[in-house]
Amino acid sequence: MSSLDPRIRRAEPELWTLSTPPLDSLEHWPTYEVFVQRMRGGHAQHVGSLHAPNPEMALVLAKEQYARRSQCVALWVVPTEAILWTSPADEDLFQPAVDKSYREPQGYLNTRERLEKYRDRLQATSHD
Amino acid sequence: MYGNLVIRPEDIENWGKKVHEEDPEKLAEFEARIERGEKIEPQDWMPFEYRRQLIRLIEQHAHSEIIGALPEGTWITRAPTFRRKLALMAKVQDEVGHAQLLYSAAETLGKPREAMINDLLSGKSKYSNVFNYPAKTWADTAIIAWLVDAGAIINQTTNSKGSYGPYVRALERICWEESFHLKYGYDSVVYLATGTPKQRALLQDALNRWWRPIMHFFGPPDNLSVHTEKLVKWKVKLATNDEMRQQFLDMYVPKIWELGLTIPDPNLRKNPETGRWEYSDPNWDEFWQVINGNGPCNKERIAVRRFAEEKGRWVRRALLESQARYVTPLA
Repeated sequence: MSSLDPRIRRAEPELWTLSTPPLDSLEHWPTYEVFVQRMRGGHAQHVGSLHAPNPEMALVLAKEQYARRSQCVALWVVPTEAILWTSPADEDLFQPAVDKSYREPQGYLNTRERLEKYRDRLQATSHD
Repeated sequence: MYGNLVIRPEDIENWGKKVHEEDPEKLAEFEARIERGEKIEPQDWMPFEYRRQLIRLIEQHAHSEIIGALPEGTWITRAPTFRRKLALMAKVQDEVGHAQLLYSAAETLGKPREAMINDLLSGKSKYSNVFNYPAKTWADTAIIAWLVDAGAIINQTTNSKGSYGPYVRALERICWEESFHLKYGYDSVVYLATGTPKQRALLQDALNRWWRPIMHFFGPPDNLSVHTEKLVKWKVKLATNDEMRQQFLDMYVPKIWELGLTIPDPNLRKNPETGRWEYSDPNWDEFWQVINGNGPCNKERIAVRRFAEEKGRWVRRALLESQARYVTPLA
């Protein structure tokens, strides 16, 4: 092959034909989800996924793919199939069924008001 | 409701449907979400046409990254200094990494990675035309790293405002990495432009050869480009080809002129009345010729990919069956 690249001229790719059939479209390595902890004390965050033949290789490839150019103190890989998740289509699962203001700070907004009213009342009686 | 959804054609109820055959209520809700600026995620309902167009777009983008490593890779063994060699290797590694990110994003839409690789090798899937041209000298790598990457950044920054979550997230990371490529490319170009007369001539020659493919880079002019209206509404396409080309000319022509280089188009000028760049017809026939396989390097690019795919196939197959053990015959 009259390539400009000496490596390609040496490899002579045009002379290579293997008799093995191409891999079937579903014959691929399983996927792993990758999490990166960017600094000590921080959360590990999901950054993407990759294909790997086993967990050890997933870690090696994740280092190349997701920690190559950015700060990273720890890397996690998890087989995608090990993750159980809910779909964003079901986000109403997380809406409270009844008023739960009693368990939120916003449920306690008139405390100060009550105290001030009480003080006003006290002042009014002392003037009498 | 909970679970491990494997997205395969048989799991997608509207696979193969035309837009007018989709459930009108779901379609309206989908379009309203995009209108509100929400991101669409893999598990969300989407019209099949949206899925199909995104697979096509992201897959082509991934192929462009992996093939795009080849023209520049030509010069790794002959880089002029060790520092340039390290930088070029890092850049090429980044491009291959971008392909991995993009293949993963395309896979979330239901096309397996092996299917994408097989379609690249059979010629069914395309990649960016610009990579079908040869990098004849070291100066070509400088022009590629500066101007082709500048074009890619404009394209990718535009697409990163799109509606599909996994693609947008991949693009954000890619754009961040590309900023090094642009700096490295500009530094290489300026080094040659401020060098000896021979170095300047080498650079001018490279610019002369790459200008036309760069003008082709954003695709055919808007009046010749098909499928856009729906894609604009769905935020798959966020700027027209001509808009991106104008943006590129606005940003880079002054920088090229500042170096005292000549752009090989006597008609190139910014019309002060319209504020738009005018240029000679960059020969769109050549563009179509190259897309259809008749460019100077199409055969080599695919041959190299096929070589890599076939030589690595046994490894990938062997590791698929990692549980298989050779057992000595009993008798």
